[in-house]
Amino acid sequence: MSVDTKTVARIAHLARLKVPEDRLEPLAGELNQLLAWVEQLSEVNTDNVPPLTSVVHARLPRRDDVVTDGDRQADVLANAPDAQNGFFAVPKVIE
Amino acid sequence: MSELTDLTIAGALSGLDKGEFTSRELTQAYIAEVENGRALNAFTTETPDKALEMADAADAARRSGDVGPLNGIPLAIKDLFCTKGVLTTASSHILHGFKPPYESSVTSNLWRDGAVMLGKVSLDEFAMGSSNETSFYGPVQNPWRTTDGKARVPGGSSGGSAAAVAAHLAAAATGTDTGGSIRQPASFCGLAGIKPTYGRCSRWGIIAFASSLDQAGPITRNVEDAAIMLRSMAGYDPKDSTSINTPVPDYRKALTGDIRGLKIGIPQEYRMEGTPPDVLALWDRGIQWMKDAGAQIVDISLPHTKYALATYYIVAPAEASSNLARYDGVRYGLREQGGNLIEMYENTRGAGFGEEVQRRILIGTYVLSAGYYDAYYLKAQKVRTLIAQDFEQAFGRVDAILTPTAPCSAFSPGEKSDDPISMYLNDVFTVPASLAGIPGMSVPAGICSAGLPLGLQILGRPFEEETVLKVGHVIEQAAAFGARPRIWWKEAA
Repeated sequence: MSVDTKTVARIAHLARLKVPEDRLEPLAGELNQLLAWVEQLSEVNTDNVPPLTSVVHARLPRRDDVVTDGDRQADVLANAPDAQNGFFAVPKVIE
Repeated sequence: MSELTDLTIAGALSGLDKGEFTSRELTQAYIAEVENGRALNAFTTETPDKALEMADAADAARRSGDVGPLNGIPLAIKDLFCTKGVLTTASSHILHGFKPPYESSVTSNLWRDGAVMLGKVSLDEFAMGSSNETSFYGPVQNPWRTTDGKARVPGGSSGGSAAAVAAHLAAAATGTDTGGSIRQPASFCGLAGIKPTYGRCSRWGIIAFASSLDQAGPITRNVEDAAIMLRSMAGYDPKDSTSINTPVPDYRKALTGDIRGLKIGIPQEYRMEGTPPDVLALWDRGIQWMKDAGAQIVDISLPHTKYALATYYIVAPAEASSNLARYDGVRYGLREQGGNLIEMYENTRGAGFGEEVQRRILIGTYVLSAGYYDAYYLKAQKVRTLIAQDFEQAFGRVDAILTPTAPCSAFSPGEKSDDPISMYLNDVFTVPASLAGIPGMSVPAGICSAGLPLGLQILGRPFEEETVLKVGHVIEQAAAFGARPRIWWKEAA
């Protein structure tokens, strides 16, 4: 499996990263190098091996379904680059 | 009073107990050292006023008989822990100006026990790196230099933590470890550093890198200090669903010096081709120390070791790409304008993340994308199971495992920057334990031919940090490390 500049551009868009045109080629090279390196895992027989999703052998804890926190609008907005009238402000999305 | 900063945590606690000095005096001595040590570039934010306020509170608490286990001890906090009202950056431009409105659980535990915050210390951006060269705030210097005076990296990602502790700018520091980020810088800077079992310390309020791997732990001058500090950091937290509700022992009591009859595993797969003779010789010396102390050496096999790094470099970037999706220029940190919402996201993230972070986001997004998920991510998760099983089987035969911490001593700035894979290979001995979630510790054990510290790593069964600390303590005693870097950073100040 090999990555071309078109794939890098697509992945960058999926990841919402602006990648300048002149970086696509070098990035494709770097990603291919990494993918070639991890390709070694194909040597490992993983038939009937379950994927490890958690190293913790414990059931997820449960709690009562009640509100435990809230009324923190000012805290939530305190770090916003742009907040207006108690909301996060973003560029216009609806014409 | 500068000798106050040469005291370990245990030594300082004893002096405070006896009334030989106050926390204010101790804290003032450290604040002066932090100022004298700016050439190291270890701190991202210094908080001297807050430190003195906390020191005074600690002194007042002590006078009233309320003496926490870390009362009055000045610490440096890795800038990955959210600290209420204090700039928290992850050493990334994208968190520009971020002051959390809450405190991480681990730092809350430290303040509950009376510790004092000197400031926030640097790291590789978002903890992604092994040299502290990817910080937006510039590289951190290792206080240690080669015998002929050449600069070295402090390791990473907790490089600011390790540099600050090694240069005695702080009594100890918090670190986090995803693939070796506590143990490798501890090894490079001649310090003790323990990554506890996954689930031992709460991850709540620690900026996430790879959530199935991230664990907090202390970086300290010796094993006893690590035991003291880990006890305060650890503990169940309902705010982290992977936190384990099990009692936290008094780890200091485990440091008995008695490891007679303990079975210590030596994994043959860690004897890798190309490992420098200094590192192998130190490992052999460690094995001899174990025998001399009455432990039994057992040869073991961890057959999937060679696949650990490749597994890690699929799993960690995949989780990182998901975790770092939250930095969108809307709720906190940097915003770069764009013609529409999507452009604003792309411009913000393109400008806010550094090269290595972008590389990992891209690889993570790729391995999780439709059509590749099974071939890469699922495959890696299956190999991860095999790596964890290797350890489970080994721990059926042995009580602890002894290995080198890193395949080399601290390397030169820039030496591995152009080749990501050569940088990744530095974590070859630390990553397997991270994937398995087991506790691991690095203990300073020797000096290489270039005059730089080398560490040995002790791995243990899940939640058996006491065994790890006990063995680490015996190595520390046998190695009688005691060496300190030549103080050059004050001349530079």
